[in-house]
Amino acid sequence: MAFIRALEVRDVELDLDVPEPPKHRRRRLLPFSPWHFLLMPLALVFALPLVQMVLTSFMTDAEINSFPPKFIPSSISLTGYQGFFGDSLAPRWLINTCIVAAISVGSHLVLCSLAGYGYARLKFRGRTFGFFAIVGTIMIPTQLLMIPTYVMFSKLGIVDTLAAAFVPWLTSAFGIFLMRQFFLALPRELEEAGEIDGLTTFGVFRRIVLPLAKPALATLAVFTLLNSWNDLIWPLTAISNQDNFTIQVGLTTFQGTRRTQWSELMAGNVVATMPLIVGFLLAQRQFVATMTFSGLKG
Amino acid sequence: MTVQLDRPTGGPVRPVAEEKVSRKQKRARRRRQDLVGWGFVGLATFLVIGLSVFPAGWAFFISRKKWNLLSPAKDVGWRNYQAMVNDPEVWAAVRHTLFFTAMFVPISIFLGVLIAVALNQRIRLVGFYRTAIFIPFVASAAATGILAGFVFEPNYGSANDILRRLGLPPQPWLESPTQAMIVIVIIALWGQVGFCVVVYLAALQDIPQEIVEAAVVDGANRRQVFRYVTMPELAPVTVFTAVWQTITALQLFDLVYTTTRGGPVNSTVTLVYYVYKVAFQESRFGYGAAVSYGLFALTMIVTLFMIWYSRRTKIEAF
Repeated sequence: MAFIRALEVRDVELDLDVPEPPKHRRRRLLPFSPWHFLLMPLALVFALPLVQMVLTSFMTDAEINSFPPKFIPSSISLTGYQGFFGDSLAPRWLINTCIVAAISVGSHLVLCSLAGYGYARLKFRGRTFGFFAIVGTIMIPTQLLMIPTYVMFSKLGIVDTLAAAFVPWLTSAFGIFLMRQFFLALPRELEEAGEIDGLTTFGVFRRIVLPLAKPALATLAVFTLLNSWNDLIWPLTAISNQDNFTIQVGLTTFQGTRRTQWSELMAGNVVATMPLIVGFLLAQRQFVATMTFSGLKG
Repeated sequence: MTVQLDRPTGGPVRPVAEEKVSRKQKRARRRRQDLVGWGFVGLATFLVIGLSVFPAGWAFFISRKKWNLLSPAKDVGWRNYQAMVNDPEVWAAVRHTLFFTAMFVPISIFLGVLIAVALNQRIRLVGFYRTAIFIPFVASAAATGILAGFVFEPNYGSANDILRRLGLPPQPWLESPTQAMIVIVIIALWGQVGFCVVVYLAALQDIPQEIVEAAVVDGANRRQVFRYVTMPELAPVTVFTAVWQTITALQLFDLVYTTTRGGPVNSTVTLVYYVYKVAFQESRFGYGAAVSYGLFALTMIVTLFMIWYSRRTKIEAF
């Protein structure tokens, strides 16, 4: 199972910019490694569209539509942001997204760590059945769930409410599996010591196990934040009331109505993307671990 | 003080009365264990099953009905599936989906290996390169779609600007039925290659240094080391990545929705997009459910074939 091994090596050295040791140095035609010829253009192709997004969001529409196209704004204009926040329910959508993300992350952390610990350590009837049922659900594709989930939500009366956006993210098979794998790898002795000291099962979990689980919890939090913040399919299918849109759904409707007002669209894009990009830059290690483990995007 | 917890002691046979009590105690303890255990896992297990196993099963019953959610559902047996097989739009969607998958999966794996090998070198700026290549992964489909619309805009977009500067003719990109899907492949690669790179980087760092050194001692040059040591070591990860990327590719929806909404002239309607269109825009929930089961079957066949093929070529990945 490659992806489990991949997680174990998540602490890959993050700073490899060490010059080559002299013994490998061959006679060089260039003052730098030829790999830069491959990596530099690729890095630019990947990064420049995002840089352009930010730069364009500070231009006026007139400047964006000028010919030939400009990359750097001649002066910083906030009309895009004013337009985006003024013409749409964007502040509302942003708050909604924050609520959805907060509930999803919080609920994921609580439910997945509890269940992961239960399946890793506790003995009870139905344990094997429950765990295999959960692992089996990983094979069920989202598109199979779109229609029945919508019908189910409409019977439960949560269609058109914010709940439709976060209920699918309350917990996940992936999260439970991740936490269980982590707990299985912990040494048992600490927990046994806690039991001897008279802690209840929950006490052992709360006071001994959880503090040790911070790296796994951080990975889980990043995974859930990424997915719930960027989720499109659930709020798109289940929410049609503008007041309850998330920022992603809001953006796509905004896109449909203002095809040419690029400054506003780019400003909206920046607003919707920046929180995660800043988070990514601050917590790269955790993001990389999450990507390695999941690849579950959307 | 020594405390023994939950451990039955052997020892001499106890009197019958005491045995009964201890059995009762044992049962009570067992029940307590069950309660504690389900206390931990209960809610999460209920939610996972309630939000996936249950709806997936229900989808099958829905797929045998004609239902728009407003009027009562009408039983139609297998007719939705018969209609699906004879629906030219379904076959067009299958073609578009397979085209995307056939382009996206091999290219993403090739780029993943290439970039991972490059990032695994001890060179300067590696930190910058890695950040730049991973960062599109966090951008949502909605944001990526809007950004792509801007970059590939035929008049002012940067893509055509670059072509013009190179003296090449500008292209219609997303507005052309023959090019739109290719552009979507490019956009998907931009967002997803980072995932392949991370997986391969981890795999590369997993290769024991000793076998590389042994090959060098035996006189292998760099290219031979890559061909005869690195590549076989990467084979299991490649099977995993290929299966994973294929499943993702067959379910393409978000990017289509945020770039072309299926157009121009339905040239980018994928299977999941077709399910969405049929169910949520035309309110044909029964037929939509049937098509989603059809896609599920297609995914299973493709996945099982890939696993079977990798087993046959003796690559252990699962």
